[in-house]
Amino acid sequence: MEDILEKYTATKIEDVTVWFKAASTEDFPVDGGACVKYKDKQIAVFNFSRLGKWYACQNLCPHKMEMVLSRGMIGDDKGMPKVACPLHKKTFSLESGENLNGDLNPIATYPVKIEEGYVYVGFID
Amino acid sequence: MQHIIVVGNGMVGYKFCEKFVAQKENKAFKITVFGEEPRPAYDRVHLSEFFESQNAKALEMAPAEWYAENDIDLITGERVADINRSSKTITTAKDREFSYDYLVLATGSSPFVPPIKGVEKEGVFVYRTIEDLEGMLAYAAKLKAEKPNAKAAVLGGGLLGLEAGKAVMDMGLEPHIVEFAPKLMPRQLDSRSSQVLQLKLESIGLNIHLSKATNQILGNGRITGMEFGEDDILDVDMLIVSAGIRPRDELARACGLEVGVRGGVIVDNTMKTSDDAIYAIGEIALYNQMIYGLVAPGYDMADIAVQQILGNADKVMPSDIDMSTKLKLIGVDVASFGEPFMPASKGHSIIFENKTQYLYKRINVSHDGKKLLGGILVGDAADYSMLHQVYLNGMAIPEDPAQLILPVSEGGALLGDVMDLPDEAQICSCESVTKGQICGVIENGDATDLGDVVSCTKAGTGCGGCKPMVADLTNATLKSLGIEVKDSICEHFDYNRQDLYKIIQVKGYTKFNEVLDSHGNGGHGCEICKPVIASLMASIHADTANKEYAIQDSNDRFLANIQRNGTYSVVPRVPGGEITPDKLIALGEIAKKYDLYTKITGGVRIDLFGATLNQLPLIWKELISHGFESGHAYGKSLRTVKTCVGSTWCRYGMDESVSFGIELENRYRGIRAPHKIKGGVSGCIRECAEARGKDFGLIAVEGGWNLYVGGNGGANPRHAELFAEQIDNETVIKYLDRYLMLYMRTAKPLQRTAAWQEKLEGGLEYLKEVIIEDKLGITEDLEKEMQTLVNKFECEWTQAVNDPEMMKRFNHFVNSEAEDDNLVFVPMRDQKMPEPWV
Repeated sequence: MEDILEKYTATKIEDVTVWFKAASTEDFPVDGGACVKYKDKQIAVFNFSRLGKWYACQNLCPHKMEMVLSRGMIGDDKGMPKVACPLHKKTFSLESGENLNGDLNPIATYPVKIEEGYVYVGFID
Repeated sequence: MQHIIVVGNGMVGYKFCEKFVAQKENKAFKITVFGEEPRPAYDRVHLSEFFESQNAKALEMAPAEWYAENDIDLITGERVADINRSSKTITTAKDREFSYDYLVLATGSSPFVPPIKGVEKEGVFVYRTIEDLEGMLAYAAKLKAEKPNAKAAVLGGGLLGLEAGKAVMDMGLEPHIVEFAPKLMPRQLDSRSSQVLQLKLESIGLNIHLSKATNQILGNGRITGMEFGEDDILDVDMLIVSAGIRPRDELARACGLEVGVRGGVIVDNTMKTSDDAIYAIGEIALYNQMIYGLVAPGYDMADIAVQQILGNADKVMPSDIDMSTKLKLIGVDVASFGEPFMPASKGHSIIFENKTQYLYKRINVSHDGKKLLGGILVGDAADYSMLHQVYLNGMAIPEDPAQLILPVSEGGALLGDVMDLPDEAQICSCESVTKGQICGVIENGDATDLGDVVSCTKAGTGCGGCKPMVADLTNATLKSLGIEVKDSICEHFDYNRQDLYKIIQVKGYTKFNEVLDSHGNGGHGCEICKPVIASLMASIHADTANKEYAIQDSNDRFLANIQRNGTYSVVPRVPGGEITPDKLIALGEIAKKYDLYTKITGGVRIDLFGATLNQLPLIWKELISHGFESGHAYGKSLRTVKTCVGSTWCRYGMDESVSFGIELENRYRGIRAPHKIKGGVSGCIRECAEARGKDFGLIAVEGGWNLYVGGNGGANPRHAELFAEQIDNETVIKYLDRYLMLYMRTAKPLQRTAAWQEKLEGGLEYLKEVIIEDKLGITEDLEKEMQTLVNKFECEWTQAVNDPEMMKRFNHFVNSEAEDDNLVFVPMRDQKMPEPWV
């Protein structure tokens, strides 16, 4: 089970080598998320429209290793944008990936850009 | 690296580990813990809760993983059989040898079984471990099957004996307490308070036999009675011996450690035994010629042993140990503190007694009336925490000390504010947390509510007796910092659910952002407020969960119950549990086609598990084509109305329970509420539908239906209470409309009807005044609102499968038709289940 985690490493925008064109912005719910498939990775992408920002992170919740984060509700914890896992409501910062209500390992976050109505997720390949 | 072996994995043995890993210097040590019981340490203080919950896990001090995470080897189910002090090794019952640098004995105690003739008979139990309890439960179940009015006695009327008495009541047997002394709880209570306690316990059905010496246990193989003297016999079918404890010092004796005359390993104030490398803590340690059978001193001993091993030689056990204690025994508050039985030579006692209310309060004060020396409280121990603090800190007491215990209406309750306590006042004695620490974590910003305070300081996590005071301190400190304490739903709103209900109703908001922008705190919402507001808007506007799906709770978002591996279960509605063979076949065929694990639910319907997100709409299209509709098994809404077959077929049936159950289920289906709602309809008082275990229940009687409200199963089972008798179908619906609507308007988020009803000021009587007598003049509105919801019902799955826009969300990937490739199923009794979690 551990090796599945190794597929996901936090990626900074300056290190991006590939911008993957995922889907149209309209395919994502307002203030909600959906899951993007990139090669053998599952990436949760969130349209945080109240902030006018987009976020991406691994779809895998590190608590029980299930591919569910994209189905979680988003919001903020004292101003920090976050997602809550739908299984046990573990919350993670969408900025740093840090677990906000426990001691789980941080999740990997990825940069997102929007160009001409399309959502792109940045990876190091 | 030095090796510490802890013998015994009870509460104190666990506490030693917990305190040890919390120390920075612990890296130079390795800990191995042996426990003879099959499971990790659990909370024995709250053992009787096992009878209610039957959930051993809930009592665990920490899960087995905790030990591994902290690099502690936990070896359960293996008893340490021998200690070899010269070679510093121990041998286990499985003949394995381990060497130690330090040995910590935390073997606790075992129940003392007096040598009474016949005590070995079947049906005689002791009360100590979860295994003991499981044995009792099994035996009690067997007894009840053989004879409905079986009796069980507890030998011993002390603290543990009364706890065991509660267990007997919970098992549904006729309870008897047999005590040798002339009073109950002889070690904690004086004669008068003991009498008050006895009256109270008798009033709730406990049979109490005092001054009884048991000569022998009667019965041929299994117990049938207890003989006290000639012609003095009590017929019982089961006996629980709770006649005191004996320290488990056999290991210590065998290896030659110094022990007391009546047992217990002698320790000094560093918890060291007569061997410098061996410590003893908890109920095995004989300190000051005393065995301390309470958890707080045991925890203190664990702490001292940790400090001593780490070289902090100045940390020693105080010579005076506070034995104050507060308990809830069978629902009765009992507390004693300081010197409960003070001799007249030391001071004066002030006693308040009211047998009509089963109340007794005694305080002992110094001769000059200036110092509180101790006291006893029975029936109402609300003042315990404060009195205990006044005693511990030597605080000033009123000129007339009687005011400390007189009922408020007579000008009493002059106890100061919690904030008047000195900072060093110990609030939680189990975890040694002071007032200063509690206020400190709030003042420095580490904690902003009670939950934070508890997790930062551990206050209230032991016996729990200090919780009210911790809550008071938290609220008072927050207030002193200018932070208003409200029951607001989360950080994004300053309103509670009821406030928001009114706001949304009056303003007519239909979108989450409208509510957040106009009444929020400037934030962006969260997983708490979003589903609450989604549910409120659904209740007020008769919306389905398809509206604004991104704010719906996990399950509502996909109209299905999310399961352990992220797949879903599907439950179509089967109103009242009535289903045609054709529909049953359709269900079977659909389940087979999609390879779904199939199970009958507790609510008389059929649950199909293991559907992927992509499969959900396909499955529902087929179900809908066979005439099914959503069962709302995923929603905080009406689940089922369970029915027995009633007069349609049953020869005892008084009315058509199935027909009425179907009518009610179809009436309330789909409405969103603070929590799930279940109903039941039984055709006669035999109650086959278990209607009294539901939020609303009906039982057919001569002349109509008896309506019960506010029951549930779950973590805290509760019987629904009788609300109205012999009413007709129309009146049932009228009252239920009003009841459910009032609940939906005023309950807190995720509060079941039982908890709501219990917390309602004025209780059931008030509820009757509002709903039956229309005291508030709102029943017409309530009925109208409910009728609107009923009229506007729409199956949300039918809605979803017919709308291509809505269907879009049922895809695992937004950019691919592929399924989640992370799913692994394993076989399970001819079906499948998700691979277990590691």
